[in-house]
Amino acid sequence: MLKLPIYLDHNATTPMDPRVLETMLPYFTENFGNAASRNHSFGWHAEEAVDYAREQIAQLIGADPKEIIFTSGATEGDNLGIKGVYEMYASKGNHIITCTTEHKAVLDTCKHLEKLGAEVTYLEVQPDGLIDLKELEAAMRPTTILVAIMYANNEIGVIQPVKEISAIAKKHGALFFTDAVQAVGKIPVDVNADGIDLMAFTAHKMYGPKGVGALYVRRKNPRVKVTAQLDGGGHERGMRSGTLNVPGIVGFGKACELARLEMASDTERISKLRDKLENALKQIEESYVNGNPAHRLPHVSNISFKYVEGEGLMMGFNQDIALSSGSACTSASLEPSYVLKALGLGDDLAHSSLRFGLGRYTTEEQIDFTIKAVTDTVLKLREMSPLWEMFKEGIDIDSIQWAHH
Amino acid sequence: MAYSDKVIDHYSNPKNVGTLDKASNTVGTGLVGAPECGDVMRLQIQVDNATGIITDAKFKTFGCGSAIASSSLATEWLKGKSVDEAVKIDNMDLVEELNLPPVKIHCSVLAEDAIKAAINDYRSKNGLEQLVFEERIH
Repeated sequence: MLKLPIYLDHNATTPMDPRVLETMLPYFTENFGNAASRNHSFGWHAEEAVDYAREQIAQLIGADPKEIIFTSGATEGDNLGIKGVYEMYASKGNHIITCTTEHKAVLDTCKHLEKLGAEVTYLEVQPDGLIDLKELEAAMRPTTILVAIMYANNEIGVIQPVKEISAIAKKHGALFFTDAVQAVGKIPVDVNADGIDLMAFTAHKMYGPKGVGALYVRRKNPRVKVTAQLDGGGHERGMRSGTLNVPGIVGFGKACELARLEMASDTERISKLRDKLENALKQIEESYVNGNPAHRLPHVSNISFKYVEGEGLMMGFNQDIALSSGSACTSASLEPSYVLKALGLGDDLAHSSLRFGLGRYTTEEQIDFTIKAVTDTVLKLREMSPLWEMFKEGIDIDSIQWAHH
Repeated sequence: MAYSDKVIDHYSNPKNVGTLDKASNTVGTGLVGAPECGDVMRLQIQVDNATGIITDAKFKTFGCGSAIASSSLATEWLKGKSVDEAVKIDNMDLVEELNLPPVKIHCSVLAEDAIKAAINDYRSKNGLEQLVFEERIH
């Protein structure tokens, strides 16, 4: 029997794996020590647990455990990585390169730094969502200290050419930061092979707890430093003060271990389901998959259904299926998704998009249900869409003088 | 955001979805909104030329649930009214009836605009002067 509602919003957050919870539980009660208490066994136990988690996390990304700085999540990691580099390397330059489809935690951090004197280049993306490496090369300056490009996009799932980007940054003597929230735990990420200097990621996107994340900070070739953004007890090698969230960190470690061991089998299963969903929904007339299909996360599909509006579409099944839309109406801003607009999609297509994010517990039965529900609703709404009627009559909608509000 | 039961009802069972013959001089058509804004409404009225009574109303809407519900309710209200009465339908009446939250008031404004545009289309087809409505800030 199919249990409703179905969760297909795994890019927003993931349910915690019960094995992760089980690992965490003792650290709330009997092993409650402060990992910074050096003088008694409660502290030692906690520190030991944190060290073990640090190893589990480092192993997933091919790092040294000492290169893991714990944070409250990826927003903090983005802030610490970018602001920390800007402050630390101020004598070297003030230019940062990022791109227009980054998460707000990166874009708004860069905007904040612009007010403080930073010069920021926002690279446009190509229609498939990837940056143009030639444009990156051309944007590099002698004063460029940091290139901040995300590993994989949260809305469309496209994977940026990280190796090539880091090589360009290195050639010009700049550091490479990547927000890898959507990638770590889902696809193989190796900080050495990928040439990453700093990387923000978080537990709750990979079946771990909310409120804990990490910033990877390279220690060798080159040795990277960031200026702390929180002053205090000098935890985390002085880069991030604050008592460590031991249960959260333990859970994060376990989540990374599970991701490492199960990534291949999870990916194989989930990508099959994603392809089934996508292929079925592509059968609907005038539906378009957004983002480069070859360089994409295995569990994401972003599809625009032309001539129906995303929020209206979701209303047809949101009692039963949880997912996200690029429509303006679902956000507070009343603007459609800036990521989809950056791909060059018209506002109408951006308004008509749905993001499907599959996960570890997604079943074929759920996908079959979703295919039917989405297809039925699209067809029903098109029957009441004036734009669909015009399209069917061969009227060019772009030629109409619309009254803009 | 949770929708009111009335919005859900109009969305699930929209009243008067369809198309009237826009070439007929007894039909007035109003097309308002813009695809880029995520809302397009087309509202049509069929008028009995002898009595001035709206005998039928149809809509098609591209938009969110509140936009669909606003236009569905508007067509319900239009049927049986005279054109002169129809002009007086106020967007706030739709807001109240559908219990629309503040962020969705623009959907009701659009429906009111669609009614007025349909009436003016009907008037111009029948040699009547255009009614002038106050400019609204959406």
